[in-house]
Amino acid sequence: MKARLNFEPAAWDVVRADAERAFPNECCGFLFGLEDAQGRHLTEALPVDNAQTGDQRRRFAITERDYLRAERHALASGLQLLGIYHSHPRHPAVPSIHDLRVALPYFSYLIASVYPEGVHHARSWQLSDSGRFFEEEPLFVQREGAAVSPRLSITNP
Amino acid sequence: MAQLIIPTPLRKFTAGAATFTADAPHVGGVLNALAEAHPGLQPHLFDADGSLRHFIRVYVGDEDIEALDGVNTPVAAGTDISIIPAIAGGISHRP
Ligand SMILES: [Zn+2]
Repeated sequence: MKARLNFEPAAWDVVRADAERAFPNECCGFLFGLEDAQGRHLTEALPVDNAQTGDQRRRFAITERDYLRAERHALASGLQLLGIYHSHPRHPAVPSIHDLRVALPYFSYLIASVYPEGVHHARSWQLSDSGRFFEEEPLFVQREGAAVSPRLSITNP
Repeated sequence: MAQLIIPTPLRKFTAGAATFTADAPHVGGVLNALAEAHPGLQPHLFDADGSLRHFIRVYVGDEDIEALDGVNTPVAAGTDISIIPAIAGGISHRP
């Protein structure tokens, strides 16, 4: 099990809104924040266009220029580029074989499972040290002092 | 000196350094200097035959070097070079 991933509510709200806006297509974007002994603290989410030219209901791609923009933003803001988020419309937030094939070490891969009613749950994953599979990172949204797992937010608060 | 941005996922091979600077006339020279300074990066950047790995792109400023002169693209003082990994994914097909 990897270290925990704590979302600032405002950053989580950006991911959730992007997943719901893009439905029935996949959305994608970057996650920024800081890392310490307690885990990763995500303070900012940056939505970018899904550049996939095929079926955006089951695939996403991020352009090289958007990736460059994200690295530059991290350097300029003093934050770490900690991960990538995307949505799985009408599917659970479990990485697919396509996700695994191109996954990079170190990044948190957050997946939001989204249905017509809205985001159903979210889970986050990191490539194992061997690079052969994903390990889950416990995911929390820090709201009014209480840490709430988005896995449990079946309905939109 | 050209400045190179190391992509976050590869910084474990540069002891956490985000940038690298080198004095070389071409992009290829900067990349080689980087791989020499941080040998752990070598297999992540280059194939066995010495060419750049296919899922890695290199940009000079806002341009892909493939649209310029590849690794022979000249660099000047203050040139920004970026190494960019491919980012993609999706949902598995259900039977
Ligand atoms: Zn996916």
